[in-house]
Amino acid sequence: MYVAVKGGEAAIDAAHAQLAARRRGDPDLAALTVAQIRDQMALAVARIMAEGSLYDPDLAALALKQAWGDVAEAIFLVRAYRTTLPRLAVTRPLDTAAMAVQRRVSATFKDLPGGQVLGPTFDYTHRLIDFALAAEHGEDASNPPPSAEEPLDAAMPRIADILDTDGLIEPETDADDPDPDAPVPDLTRAPLTFPAGRALRLQALARGDEGFLLSLAYSSQRGHGTTHPFAGEIRMGTVEVEIIPEDLGFPVTIGVVTVTECQMVNQFQGSRTAPPQFTRGYGLVFGFAERKAMAMALVDRALRAPDLGEAVVAPVQDEEFVLSHLDVVEASGFVQHLKLPHYVDFQAELDAVRRMRRAASGEGASS
Amino acid sequence: MSAAALMTEADPPLLTVAGLGKAFGARPACADISFDLYAGEVLGVVGESGSGKTTLLRCLSGGLTPDAGTVLYRPAEGGQALDVHALPEGRRRLLMRTDWGYVHQDPRDGLRMGVSAGANIGERPMALGARHYGRIRADAADWLARVEIESDRLDDRPTTFSGGMRQRLQLARVLVSGPRLVFMDEPTGGLDVSVQARLLDLLRDLVTRLGLAAVIVTHDLAVARLLAHRLMVMKDGRVVEHGLTDQVLDDPHHPYTQLLVSSVLQA
Amino acid sequence: MSQPDAGVTFGYLDEQTKRMIRRALLKAVAIPGYQVPFAGREMPLPYGWGTGGIQVTASIIGPEDVLKVIDQGADDTTNAVSIRRFFRRVAGVRTTERTREATLIQTRHRIPETPLGPGQILVYQVPIPEPLRFMEPRETETRRMHALADYGVMHVKLYEDIAHYGRVATSYDYPVMVNGRHVMAPSPIPKFDNPKMHDAPFLQLFGAGREKRIYAVPPHTSVVSLDFEDHPFEVQGWDRVCDLCGADDSYLDEVVTDDIGGRLFVCSDSDYCAGRRADGHQGPAAASAAGEALADTMEQVAREHASEDPA
Repeated sequence: MYVAVKGGEAAIDAAHAQLAARRRGDPDLAALTVAQIRDQMALAVARIMAEGSLYDPDLAALALKQAWGDVAEAIFLVRAYRTTLPRLAVTRPLDTAAMAVQRRVSATFKDLPGGQVLGPTFDYTHRLIDFALAAEHGEDASNPPPSAEEPLDAAMPRIADILDTDGLIEPETDADDPDPDAPVPDLTRAPLTFPAGRALRLQALARGDEGFLLSLAYSSQRGHGTTHPFAGEIRMGTVEVEIIPEDLGFPVTIGVVTVTECQMVNQFQGSRTAPPQFTRGYGLVFGFAERKAMAMALVDRALRAPDLGEAVVAPVQDEEFVLSHLDVVEASGFVQHLKLPHYVDFQAELDAVRRMRRAASGEGASS
Repeated sequence: MSAAALMTEADPPLLTVAGLGKAFGARPACADISFDLYAGEVLGVVGESGSGKTTLLRCLSGGLTPDAGTVLYRPAEGGQALDVHALPEGRRRLLMRTDWGYVHQDPRDGLRMGVSAGANIGERPMALGARHYGRIRADAADWLARVEIESDRLDDRPTTFSGGMRQRLQLARVLVSGPRLVFMDEPTGGLDVSVQARLLDLLRDLVTRLGLAAVIVTHDLAVARLLAHRLMVMKDGRVVEHGLTDQVLDDPHHPYTQLLVSSVLQA
Repeated sequence: MSQPDAGVTFGYLDEQTKRMIRRALLKAVAIPGYQVPFAGREMPLPYGWGTGGIQVTASIIGPEDVLKVIDQGADDTTNAVSIRRFFRRVAGVRTTERTREATLIQTRHRIPETPLGPGQILVYQVPIPEPLRFMEPRETETRRMHALADYGVMHVKLYEDIAHYGRVATSYDYPVMVNGRHVMAPSPIPKFDNPKMHDAPFLQLFGAGREKRIYAVPPHTSVVSLDFEDHPFEVQGWDRVCDLCGADDSYLDEVVTDDIGGRLFVCSDSDYCAGRRADGHQGPAAASAAGEALADTMEQVAREHASEDPA
């Protein structure tokens, strides 16, 4: 019995109906609410916001629900939605020095102004499954978080700024930038061409696939494009977002976002033109996303190799390679497009292989 | 000095280099280099590594832009002299695959390692518009034979070749388009002594027979003596001595040249 | 004409984006075969599934247009159905399966068998727009090679094929020289279709969404498939005809009908095949069980389409 492989609209509708039912799961179980996802799956929501490059926890939570828990699919939903949004204003740069810090650690100094603040971290948990969480209502009456014995220091200068005053680290702004006041290019409004420059690179990294960046960063640590990094500072918390409305002329706060920032401090031997000093790798990501921020900072520093006169020997240092392959929506789409029909091309290949085989056997017979 | 070089001296030089200089940061890699090169003449540039030889070669061939000075090239048939570094990149690339050739020290830099020997030799003719497969292939086979590689290796990739064979293949790839001027960067470097000798013989034979002009950078005075009509001795980016090869090697004037020559004799 | 979804801009893209894409299209038409970078937007369909073609179509489509979407030459393949449905939803335009009726045809991997005429536009979906990519992976270098028309490497690839296989092994996405200036990837159409691009009376637009490139071949432009004098370009041919409609001039898909070696060869262009059968043409297997089953399925999908789009 022959079964047609071509599918019509009815088949597609049926597939969508199946998906909707499977996504909902057992109808006897309560459906997840968006608020539950937003609060209790907050790290997944943060990743969707970061890679979707749109700060909207409710929307990201809804996307995760619609995507049946598939983070990459949820990122795709957010991106497609983002395309349709109007650009109303450009915010001022975030001032992370004025962050309302919830976590702040430095691996380079034992103590520092403002102190080390562990905050909510998995770092020192023992990774043992907590079966108490499986109890249906076991955690409803959980204890409120302990309040700190003393309030956090109001002044928490960034480590890089402290090194900067001693001239031990390169200045934050690029002295070689011919036009530091030029508007920052927007990766989502202008085509990416190479060389891209650091501003575009950082944009791309901030919304790049966490897994890809993590592996690249790891490869640099293992010697493929060594960067000699130290985690100068990692801070997480909320910062105010400001715009300057044209008719007002002064900044007003339009909201607050949670971000994670990482400053890597990297050894640098100096070059013909630059004295030995520490150099920077920078990571900034929406939400609590420490792993991503650290990976981003390592990759950022590695990608600066040509600017610092270092040899480009590894993939992590290769701007065109990294920027062309870091986007999860692009990568996922192109890898999965292979399941689209390729009958015509395959037929062409079949034909070519058959001809070559005929030619080869013909030669074999005649010799 | 060869007869060929003497005969052509009535013509204007092929290459006129004046005041060429290139610095990396504060350190000059080569400075104030001037010379003429005539058709059919082979100029050797000798000196220890770091003396600026390769930088000079890359400036001459247009691969690097010098900070100072000019390189003038006179094309065949009495064309206007071309200021190499003022040419648009397209013209320079065209020059590099027609009148000129560049032989890299490491043949992997000068070959396409992923395609066959035949395709490597055929690339320049094809880039220049050759569109007859049979003739391209016949020319490639001819050149393979001229650089003493077995004809049954025509369809093999250079990854399967020895170092000496790769270097000879690189020569064929460059010479197939009939260049008038070839730049060579340590063409025998990285090869065993016996392989070097064979390559040198081949090189001398080809250069003489084709009437090629060449600039050959080498740290090996034996190579220079065998191939070059004239020698420039470089130290710290400057030319310290310049003259006919035999004169420079047999009666060195500059102390540095004397040191170079004596170190070879003692070895 | 059906009504587009409320709350969605006509053609999905906002007007600024459409203008940006139209500017890129104008530039592309002005420099045939040149890849124009454009700020590709994220579409609600995945990259690699036609986002470039969709953005081009969305930027040029008007309410009066009649749209045809094909994938592998067929109107009834799932992705073609999905894209056609997308445009019905966001533009409310009339859609058709008939090549002659369409003003705008978006395609993946084929050029219709029925010759297109002046005034029709063919929009290609392109996965890898750079014909030099597999010889030179670097964008910075390939752009320079195009700028300088430094194309020797293309014939190196063809030479290599002939040296090893006795013929050029490239069977689809076969590189072409456009207007005597730019080497261009025709998108993964079989080389069977390459001759249809040359001096064509219709406008051809190419969109690569993931790679963010647009290029074009204006009407009556020379499009020459690269070859050698003694190994001239040749297209695929079959020593058989379409099993359903008997056509001997169309590109045939091989359909596996059972697990004991049964095969049918049928037109990849479903509209062409259906049209010929409606005109009374019959192929050698049209009356067989497998042939009838296949024809039935194709008709059923066509009916479905017709019922959803009461034109």
